[in-house]
Amino acid sequence: MQLEPVIETLADQAVKHELRPEDWVELHADYLYNFARIRLSDEELCRDLVQETFLAALEKTKNFRGDSNERTWLTAIIKYKIIDIYRKKSSAFVSRDDYGTPGEEPEYFDTDLNNWKRAHWPAHFGIEDKDPLNNKEFTQVLQRCMGKLPPLWMSVFKLKHIDEEQTDTICAELRITPSNFWVIIHRAKVNLRSCLQKNWI
Amino acid sequence: MKKVLKTEEERIAYNCRKATLLIEKKQNIALNPREKMELQVHLAGCYICRIYEQQSILITAMMHQILRKPEEQLKLDKAFKDKLKKQIENKMMNN
Repeated sequence: MQLEPVIETLADQAVKHELRPEDWVELHADYLYNFARIRLSDEELCRDLVQETFLAALEKTKNFRGDSNERTWLTAIIKYKIIDIYRKKSSAFVSRDDYGTPGEEPEYFDTDLNNWKRAHWPAHFGIEDKDPLNNKEFTQVLQRCMGKLPPLWMSVFKLKHIDEEQTDTICAELRITPSNFWVIIHRAKVNLRSCLQKNWI
Repeated sequence: MKKVLKTEEERIAYNCRKATLLIEKKQNIALNPREKMELQVHLAGCYICRIYEQQSILITAMMHQILRKPEEQLKLDKAFKDKLKKQIENKMMNN
């Protein structure tokens, strides 16, 4: 019985974070801008997002419970906005199916037998045993190939690699089913591998 | 004439589409016993998909490196920051 008040006192002393909007720009603007720029390359769009985030946050100050710090809270707001942009870009893209496949995407596999078509057979890159991870030119080729991926496929990879999110979270955020998720990863990787082979060898 | 696949074994042996999908899945989650068996049987006989697997794992690692590469720390210009500060100030006064 005596313990309870002690515990309560300790809980009260746990840091409760406060919002100080007058310091937001100095403390968090650059951070949020960098957070956005890694995920969306468009400079102007990222500046707008920082601005929108601050204004949206001011409207929601009542929802701030103080159990996370100010920066974490603001970051969650901008992240939500970034995912919204991923979704809008994906749905604006003209694709030939629900997987966001571009119209000009070749058929790599035989439609009946499901084996590789002869023209698309994977071949060795020739640098497999020469530390390809640190090969600058090779990485640049892949980077150019990635730049050509349709928006939905690229969004999946960004959430997976930059935010290190789990499959079910990515599916919920981008509103895709788990089976679509695997098809997308598969198509994107087959596409990237083929692009590497075409432009490297 | 095109080949007709008669047995389940033949279908697995030919199905590079499914095998490469499983190769992707395997890099993220554990395959169920049935999928594991199918992939094993397929890869045992398919040299091309073995190359694919090796390259796919390499591409995953490269993508991780490219996407996570820390960019130089960018800074917003002072004029823009001043504008933001003003906006915040105005909005706080009106609330």
